[in-house]
Amino acid sequence: MATLHTKAAARAMMSPAVILLLIWMAVPLAMTLYFSFLRYNLLMPGMEEYTGFLNYEFFLTDPAFPIALANTLMLVGGVLLITVVGGVFLAILLDQPFWGQGIVRLLAIAPFFVMPTVSALVWKNMLMHPVNGLFAWIARSFGAEPVDWLSSMPLFSIIIIVAWAWLPFATLIILTALQSLDSDQKEAAEMDGAGPVSIFLHITLPHLARALTVVILIETIFLLSVFAEILVTTSGGPGNASTNIAYLIYTQALLQFDVGTASAGGVVAVILANIVAIFLIRMIGKNLET
Amino acid sequence: MGAITLENVVKRFGEAQVIHGVDLEIKDGEFVVFVGPSGCGKSTLLRLIAGLEDVSDGRIVIDGQDATDLPPARRRLAMVFQSYALYPHMSVARNIGFPLKMAGMDKAAIEAKVQGAAKILNLTDYLDRKPGQLSGGQRQRVAIGRAIVREPSAFLFDEPLSNLDAALRVNMRLEISELHQSLATTMIYVTHDQVEAMTMADKIVVLQGGKIEQVGSPLELYRNPRNKFVAGFIGSPAMNMVEGAEAAKAGATTIGVRPEHFVMSHESGQWRGKVGVAEHLGSDTFLHVEVEGVGPVTARATGEFEARHGDTVFLTPEEGRVYRFGPDGLAL
Repeated sequence: MATLHTKAAARAMMSPAVILLLIWMAVPLAMTLYFSFLRYNLLMPGMEEYTGFLNYEFFLTDPAFPIALANTLMLVGGVLLITVVGGVFLAILLDQPFWGQGIVRLLAIAPFFVMPTVSALVWKNMLMHPVNGLFAWIARSFGAEPVDWLSSMPLFSIIIIVAWAWLPFATLIILTALQSLDSDQKEAAEMDGAGPVSIFLHITLPHLARALTVVILIETIFLLSVFAEILVTTSGGPGNASTNIAYLIYTQALLQFDVGTASAGGVVAVILANIVAIFLIRMIGKNLET
Repeated sequence: MGAITLENVVKRFGEAQVIHGVDLEIKDGEFVVFVGPSGCGKSTLLRLIAGLEDVSDGRIVIDGQDATDLPPARRRLAMVFQSYALYPHMSVARNIGFPLKMAGMDKAAIEAKVQGAAKILNLTDYLDRKPGQLSGGQRQRVAIGRAIVREPSAFLFDEPLSNLDAALRVNMRLEISELHQSLATTMIYVTHDQVEAMTMADKIVVLQGGKIEQVGSPLELYRNPRNKFVAGFIGSPAMNMVEGAEAAKAGATTIGVRPEHFVMSHESGQWRGKVGVAEHLGSDTFLHVEVEGVGPVTARATGEFEARHGDTVFLTPEEGRVYRFGPDGLAL
């Protein structure tokens, strides 16, 4: 009785939040879907009409689309690779006892708090700039030709910038997971004849599986929609060399004022994100089961 | 095979010295139990032998070879941890086979050895399960299985039964004793439970404050404790310690009488007292008696003995069963 009662009460109390969230999510999605079937250009107001799948056709056959798709996947994959491998490495380092551990940990986590636009501008103007940048100065002091990072390897530069911002997140989560590893297990493995590499492969890494899954899932969600870093550094260029799906939609909607095609792009992005999510859950989701 | 010698072993953690020059001889095939109150250094001593801690001073010799600076894996010892320390992501079979895999043994040989160990330990039906799906006693057996497949020269047990419930503990105690009989390998067993020590050990090492108080067979320690601490620690319920006039009569600072060494009577006897609590177990009767001029005393009678709260009883320590201790706590 009591449980039935509390269940009903719990539902009643949860419902405003759930309904609000539903509206919050459903209304924009529905409007995007609606716009994606309209011929709707802001330069020609009042001319909206139903066009069927024409917007989708335009978006998907746009020569920029396959490039943007490949860039999106490379951006996500590259950043994941750097943050997961680097995060495990950094977490193991930070897990060792050393003097000033607290301050070093705090500093290591700091990049995550810097806004994407700010960090991208700092990278662009103070580090990667071919004339004023730190990297150019280092190159020159060795007598080498400075690299113009953002124009000669734009996507790689953006991957570095984004990975720099996300590395602390991965490090933090992996570090907490490392700290929860029972030291008895490591000692038992040591007595069983496992060396440091074997202990890492057979004991530490499986223990980290769940934390790594969380890192990969969360990062993927956010990395599919990287935008600010691209806008303030390369503006998607040169050409389309660093345009991802999110930036392509932006150029459609706000540079070409084509709301219809941009909406179609948004729907395509949602579908792509779901495909990626299904693959990810299939591959690594079992790590989340207890 | 499994002879271990400790020579003046000292362990310091920073300033604090926790093991004060321990000398100990463990013969091949012996079942040695380290027993003592918590914080006495018994686990540290075991970890020193295992190689999980570095010795600050002194030598550890295993099979005639100086092992003081050998890494744990090369000492040919296997350890069973209090927390079992099973690898949670591996099946039971892979847990047991892990040390063999690390030794580079081929798959078929590992499989055969794991099957053999599982048979001894009744784990054959559980080989595919993960440790999380096993009961406490089964996990304990997996940990033992992981130890026996290596065929070590000695087994080290660090309070292996303290996470089990009472009934299971008695069972596992028997199983470990049987295992020792069949394998005839040296075993070193750490516990704070003197019942475990008395029932399993060939040789008990009583530790206190990082020093060995006494080494001997269970009955040697029971009959001839070297000092007050060992006398009080071995035996359950603990020995009654009496000071003052009664002790002076016997020419000692303290006299000790075990609860089972009293003759009880309703009519007459050496000590007269009032029963505080009477515990009737059927097989035994424990009386907590407030003896005049002596203080609280616990006495045990075999079988049933009529006594209730407030009754007057007489206790007479048995002839020749009274332990006498000098002012330094050593037995006289």
